[in-house]
Amino acid sequence: MAMLDSPRIVSSRAQYADSYTLTRYLETGGYVALRKALTMFPEAVAAEVDAASLLGRGGAGFPAGRKWSMLRKAPVSYLVVNGDESEPATFKDHFLVERDPHQLVEGVIIAAYALQVSQAFIYLRGEFALGLERVQQAVNDAYSEGALGSKIFGSDFSIDLVVHPGAGAYICGEETALIEGLEGKRGFPRIKPPFFPAVTGLYGEPTVVNNVETMSNLPWIVNNGGAAFAALGVGRSTGTRLFALAGRVNNPGVYEIEMVKNTFRDLIYDPALGGGVIGGRAVKAIIPGGVSAPWFGPDLLDLPMGQDEVGEKGSMLGSGSVVVLDETSCVVRAAWRITKFFSRESCGQCTPCREGSGWIERAMYRLEHGGGRMEDMDLLLDLCDNIAPGLSWPPQQTTICVLGSSIPSSVHSAISMFPDDFKAHVLHGGCPHD
Amino acid sequence: MSHFQPDIRHRAEELIALYPRARSAMLPLLHLAQEQDGYLSEAGIEEVASLTGTTSADVRGTAAFYDMYHLEPVGKYVVGVCTNIACLLAGGEEFLEHASQKLDCAVGSTSSDGLFTLEETECLADCDKAPCVQVNHRYVRTTTPETFDTLVDDLREGKLDHDVPSHGTLIRVRRNGGLRAARQEIVDQRARSSAARAQRAEEAK
Amino acid sequence: MTDVIRTTVNITVNGREIEVKAGELLIDAAERAGEYIPRFCYHPRMEPVGMCRMCLVEVEGPRGATLQPACYLHVNDGMSVCTNSEKVKKAQDGVLEFLLANHPLDCPVCDKGGECPLQDQTLAHGSGETRFIEEKRHFVKPIEIGELVLLDRERCIQCARCTRFSSEVAGDTEIAFSGRGDLIEVAPSPDKPFNSVFSGNTVQICPVGALTAKPYRFSARPWDLEQVESTCTTCAVGCRIAVQSSGNRLTRVLGVDSDPVNHGWLCDKGRFTLDSIDQNPESTDVLSAATRITTPLVRVNGVLEPASWGEALGAASAILRDASATPGGVGAIGGASLTNEGAFAWERFMRGVLGTENLDAQFGDGLDPVLLQALTKATIDEAARAKTIVTLTGDLREELPILFLRLREGAVSGTSAIVEFAFGPSALRSLARVSLVVRPGEAHLCARSITDHADAPAGVAFSNEELLEARRLIGESGEGVVFVVGRPNFAEDPRVIENAIRRFAERYPDARFLVALRRSNVAGALDMGLGSQLRPGRGYDAEAKGLDTLAQLEALRRGDQKAVVILGGCLLGNVADVKGATAALENADVIAVTGHGGATLGYANVVLPAAIAHERSGTVTNIEGRVTAVTPKIVAPGSAWPDVAIAAELAEQMGQSIGLSSVEQTAKTIEETTGYPALSVMNDEVHDGAVVGRSDASSLRHALDPMAFPGIRSAESVGLASYTGAIVEERAQGSVHTRCATLEDLANAEPLEVPLADSYSLRLVVSRRLYDRGVAMGGSPSLHNLVKPTTLGLNHVDLDRLGVEEGAIVSVTGASGSVRLPVELNEGVARGSVEIVFGTKSATGEDAVAVLYDPTSVISQVRLESR
Repeated sequence: MAMLDSPRIVSSRAQYADSYTLTRYLETGGYVALRKALTMFPEAVAAEVDAASLLGRGGAGFPAGRKWSMLRKAPVSYLVVNGDESEPATFKDHFLVERDPHQLVEGVIIAAYALQVSQAFIYLRGEFALGLERVQQAVNDAYSEGALGSKIFGSDFSIDLVVHPGAGAYICGEETALIEGLEGKRGFPRIKPPFFPAVTGLYGEPTVVNNVETMSNLPWIVNNGGAAFAALGVGRSTGTRLFALAGRVNNPGVYEIEMVKNTFRDLIYDPALGGGVIGGRAVKAIIPGGVSAPWFGPDLLDLPMGQDEVGEKGSMLGSGSVVVLDETSCVVRAAWRITKFFSRESCGQCTPCREGSGWIERAMYRLEHGGGRMEDMDLLLDLCDNIAPGLSWPPQQTTICVLGSSIPSSVHSAISMFPDDFKAHVLHGGCPHD
Repeated sequence: MSHFQPDIRHRAEELIALYPRARSAMLPLLHLAQEQDGYLSEAGIEEVASLTGTTSADVRGTAAFYDMYHLEPVGKYVVGVCTNIACLLAGGEEFLEHASQKLDCAVGSTSSDGLFTLEETECLADCDKAPCVQVNHRYVRTTTPETFDTLVDDLREGKLDHDVPSHGTLIRVRRNGGLRAARQEIVDQRARSSAARAQRAEEAK
Repeated sequence: MTDVIRTTVNITVNGREIEVKAGELLIDAAERAGEYIPRFCYHPRMEPVGMCRMCLVEVEGPRGATLQPACYLHVNDGMSVCTNSEKVKKAQDGVLEFLLANHPLDCPVCDKGGECPLQDQTLAHGSGETRFIEEKRHFVKPIEIGELVLLDRERCIQCARCTRFSSEVAGDTEIAFSGRGDLIEVAPSPDKPFNSVFSGNTVQICPVGALTAKPYRFSARPWDLEQVESTCTTCAVGCRIAVQSSGNRLTRVLGVDSDPVNHGWLCDKGRFTLDSIDQNPESTDVLSAATRITTPLVRVNGVLEPASWGEALGAASAILRDASATPGGVGAIGGASLTNEGAFAWERFMRGVLGTENLDAQFGDGLDPVLLQALTKATIDEAARAKTIVTLTGDLREELPILFLRLREGAVSGTSAIVEFAFGPSALRSLARVSLVVRPGEAHLCARSITDHADAPAGVAFSNEELLEARRLIGESGEGVVFVVGRPNFAEDPRVIENAIRRFAERYPDARFLVALRRSNVAGALDMGLGSQLRPGRGYDAEAKGLDTLAQLEALRRGDQKAVVILGGCLLGNVADVKGATAALENADVIAVTGHGGATLGYANVVLPAAIAHERSGTVTNIEGRVTAVTPKIVAPGSAWPDVAIAAELAEQMGQSIGLSSVEQTAKTIEETTGYPALSVMNDEVHDGAVVGRSDASSLRHALDPMAFPGIRSAESVGLASYTGAIVEERAQGSVHTRCATLEDLANAEPLEVPLADSYSLRLVVSRRLYDRGVAMGGSPSLHNLVKPTTLGLNHVDLDRLGVEEGAIVSVTGASGSVRLPVELNEGVARGSVEIVFGTKSATGEDAVAVLYDPTSVISQVRLESR
């Protein structure tokens, strides 16, 4: 049974068709939290976020409070919000920017106040044409309301917020590549160390990069306190989280549910959530955290959806995406298409990712479309090993960034979980599903 | 002589003023150039190069990194069909094939009447509406071949011009003014804030 | 307790503890300790990017050993590194297999084969076979991305060395990465081809055969080539080069990493003008700069006929004996293209045998050599690191390109502020902290406004704020300031700029000067005494006044001087007053000692063929006074002789001896009699030359990284001594016969009559471009398209004022007539002036400078008509 009684922390306005308007926002408690935050000391606001134990909702799951505290020694120069949602099958930030842009803006201002940052950027995916309109309008409204600009709401704090469009590159969702894009350059990730944004970020200055959903949680946290947030969920995985359910389910969509208290089975089958697999079919595999994540089999349907729980089983909640493959889905085709995605999106800086992704894609193409060989499976695993030595989780990498070490996830999972499918493809000279 | 028309030039200058460094405006400026010319012309690229303080080779190379910039002319409607994992599982490849036939153009090229350019895209972040389609970066929720056909016919007849404006993701994005917080005000405020915080830390001991 | 700043740290590499420089890159530290880590994208003269991943090594960390790029890590104390574990080897194997996956099997037809870092490292670190059975990535191959450089995109391994060079070192970003992922291409802008003057460097540093040079393509295989290390003498920067030949033909020149000079870089003119040295058998017209003179010539019945050395020397000595009978009846012009030994020999001949003081190594296009001698010199390193660099030059990127790169380093890194005196368009403009636009005829007044805190001349293009900023940057005593001084406007009387230079030298005693005269070995020729009042060994004799080039030409026209020996170079191709020079030569007996043909030979009575460039041994001196050795690689064609031999034999013909028999012996004589380093430099294989009078500027050579400098043989294989730290004997410092000139020796500056500007005229600026119609370019067909026809450069203000459209053909009238030229918009040209480039021809084949230049006035003025 899914636990569905947790508060709607970030999706409370979804019920309204005009959820994105200033009028609706103000009627439903908009800017109460910011005004409250401005009466607190900045470090007290940060302390609430710490107390909430808010894990980043982008992909890496790094605790937001700890990210902010990394900068307590040196003043932060910039706050950058990562709205470049491009991880395949992830669409929950899209929901937030189109349906509740004011909440995002208020969250960003609260964060900026806590960090005492006066210039913030929201980097939105360029393909979100409507999202850009709505977020920019929300920013305009905030300026008109006095929530942005010089000495906001009569306080001593001034802040400007700039909405910045991306232009179509998955890799710009990686925080250092995002910063490169914000500097007007190609989205080439930087090598860490030394280029941790907290130390050397935008224009070389200390920068905090946080995800859209992470920011959207802040108004509720300020209003209700970090402890109330931490009271939800279990252990390190506190609060609620948006999950984007897609694939072979009856009701794909964005669902806000309490962390850990719900399992994958709850998400997929509960009539209020996924509503079960189309046609009542069996689950063949689950991709838990975006295509960078290793797959789970149906044996893990009852795994609680929490950061550590999923991590211990060798994958991640990642971007919050959950894709369901059923018995009619071709795992070889799925793994091929995912590899093709990585190959197209590789930035091209480093050899293993640039050349490796292309090679793996070519070999997977042969397996799926004809010309695959039995030895291709071992070849593929070895190529994956040359990109992510040891094929462990969390992965090691020979590459500059984690896109590289994400490439093996689907291929390794598909081959090790479904070797017979691959053999069948070889014997059949292509996909037997067609 | 600026290649940008006055209105675009004005927006460009406002944009540049939002960033600490001119080069940061590169991506939005390229969107504006594309909005004006329908694609990134050589003159548009040169204009952006001069506005951002770099060379044409650098701007062109940067633009070519990103999928949304077209370095060759494209159709009036750029139709993007996703075939990534969620859309794949919903029949995206077949949908793309259908789209290619309906639009009468190969994937990655423009129809002979210059109306449509068909692109196979990566994830458009709309996966519960799979298979996903965007036209000029506007979501058009059309998940069956039939509704797709209706959409195309409507586009041809200009019936959807309000929902699907021309290229340029910033075409309807307007900011109400520049930066408001003055430099010196920020510097003073931060100094006061740090001092106050240090004092609170002291008192806490 | 004071903190000791440690200069070394201890790290462990493969179990061995070694001491390395603090803060050094791991890849360098390991290499110097004998553990060479393979690499592609790393280049010691550029910032590391960690992209190729070939240099991954295991570094111990808190969570165990992880693979890290050695080129990106700085060593810290206690670091523990393994470069040869199984994991590292698998990573290297993997990277190579990935690189070779799409790399075409072009080795048999690829220039890089045999000197290819990809081949070499695959052999050393890769597996024997590939498992790649897919279709490789295909591109149209190759494509011309510039006039001189071809790109094969299939071979490219996306190491970014070339694009980083273009943006980081050259600063012009003419090529950049375009696209994403495995579709990344190196690309210029479609309408702006890759014609940077530095484009050839990308070919040299490319670790595969993706970038190839048109002039060299398919010429040779590396194993056919023999190599010597020498110094380039195309300009006066003196870049160190590796000269390679096959058979007796020069095949290629590569830049050698000389730390104090060129850092391994070369300009395309120095790199790609070898064709002009090799004899071109099709070119036989002695009036053409493309022709090598290979036999002596004597004019018989008005026609130059081949002759034997005996006949030619006989004819020459007869002329000289007759001319030298009258005091001042003979003189020598030229000498900047000679080696120091050649110059020394001719100096001995002219003064010792002919008894004349009429000597001048410059063609009237330089600066007063006594003033130059009196300046306190800076080295290139000092200029590149100076707190403030003040330039009084033309466009350094066109005149001394590698010096421009060196100065650019300092400006871009922020350590140096450039104060530019801007005489015309210049690549310095975008680098300068302050640019003071100076109109022709006003440099000395602008200088005074800095030194004397006087007001700037009325109507100048710079503001008072800029003037104050310039003063502030220069400071009070000139400490930390280097002035780079040259001859920015050939149409302006040199006394204008000399006056400015002198003012600065007198006012700022702590400042140093770098003399940016561009011709070949002009510094060495002057140091060997080829100038009035100069003496060998950078000496000065106040009493010995003679005639400089322009005065000699005047004397030849009047008949006071009867004969002239032209020492290398083409006089008529290098003067502004061509008419006057021609009249002088018509009236004179001319003996030309030269390697190439040219218009001047049309007036020669005797032509003596000399060995040039890479046919010579000896030493040359660069702009900072650094003496380096030149080493011959090919034998001079026909019966061309070294200058020392010609001078010695000519003396013999006249019944005298100059006491010199060979180049080596001459070098020895120079050093023994004057203390000027010569022979010791020729014999020293451990240092990068020697700077005259500056033993503190001595620099050790470093070991060569074959992956960073593919194509250059390692020291061992060409017989140069490997670095053993040999002790070099102290050079002979003493026994300089004559002292060096000082500022006090300069005559009082005469007041300069600068004509007032009238509103109908424009002042003429004659500037230089790297690609002109000189000897090097004339004989190099692959560069012909890079020479532009003459245009008239104007600022938009003047264009508007005159109502002229860009590109329109206008009639320009000057001292000797009119010429029609197209107008080019150039904001770098000062208002009220026009710019013409020297050494170009108009579309109708005219020499605009010769027509417009006014030799009687301090500045030249012209008028424009748009009809």
